[in-house]
Amino acid sequence: MKREASSIPLNSLTLPVAKRDHIQGPIDAPIMLVEYGDYECPYCGQTYQIIKEIQERLGDRLCFAFRNFPLINSHPHAQHAAEAAEAAGAQGKFWEMHDLLFENQEALDDEAIAQYAATLGLDVRRLIDEVLTGAHTARVREDFRSGARGGVNGTPTLFINGVRHEGGPDVLLAALMERGL
Amino acid sequence: MNKETKIEQRHLESHKSTALSAGAAAPDFSLKSTPDQTVSLGEFRGRPIVLAFYPADWSPVCGDQMALYNEMLPEFKELEAELLGISVDGAWCHAAFSQNRKLHFPLLADFEPKGAVARLYGVYREADGTSERALFVINAEGIIHWSYVSPVGVNPGADGILSALEALQNKKEAK
Repeated sequence: MKREASSIPLNSLTLPVAKRDHIQGPIDAPIMLVEYGDYECPYCGQTYQIIKEIQERLGDRLCFAFRNFPLINSHPHAQHAAEAAEAAGAQGKFWEMHDLLFENQEALDDEAIAQYAATLGLDVRRLIDEVLTGAHTARVREDFRSGARGGVNGTPTLFINGVRHEGGPDVLLAALMERGL
Repeated sequence: MNKETKIEQRHLESHKSTALSAGAAAPDFSLKSTPDQTVSLGEFRGRPIVLAFYPADWSPVCGDQMALYNEMLPEFKELEAELLGISVDGAWCHAAFSQNRKLHFPLLADFEPKGAVARLYGVYREADGTSERALFVINAEGIIHWSYVSPVGVNPGADGILSALEALQNKKEAK
């Protein structure tokens, strides 16, 4: 689809939530929340906690998807962390790794990542191999590009039912209730 | 809308009309990119240029905007474009900012005479002594293909730039 170049900002998702995404909750839930995040970004760490609480409150009314938007010049470990989560996903444990990374933002070097993989009972060698050979680099970049095209200009950026959330994470629940229910 | 935003909007509207728009020839300039290096727009003839005016180094929104473009460099490269940041800060200030944020593209110092290039492009804010937050995509022939003035406090993101660069590439392929 082509758009007039002058029509920014669009501020809506260019890549619809599909089978490629990691989601929590039913895909046909009335509220779809998509986060573009960076595992080393402290604001994403705060948002992680808030989203956990919101998920508990809203239960099946919420579907949450996470996409990677690593700012690698500001955050030296963000790229490997993102790829490690994808590599854990390849072994069926994306969300477990996602949670561990956000809960241990101060330790995201390769050694720490290997430890988390061991904690989760993953094939550590395979995970590290995949991270070091860039097996998931393209996937992470695809997330990043879709964000850049959709109006993501920093992290975290949240979309509620396809529309960018303009407030901070502290007013996220209110916005979800208003827009999604 | 609070009073400040209102003032800002009015200010913006008064400037929006003055920003050079598509079809205009991009005024040439030579500015310092480091304390001992100068960059001219003419050097880049033959490939598209993204000229990103921003109000100041260090202010948080600019930081985010430049950080985002820094991450987008592979995409810009793929579209054969060169990115130039530009503000009224001096070359030493740019050097410190660039080093601190690990920026991998030049920041030009529109410093002396202050804001001269911003004025040429119609995006100088007299009242603030800085430029607007304005984007220009200039084609390989030196003609402005697309321009956009964002509210000063809002990071315009990269979407518009990418669309403009893709349109340029489609045109080139159609030739």
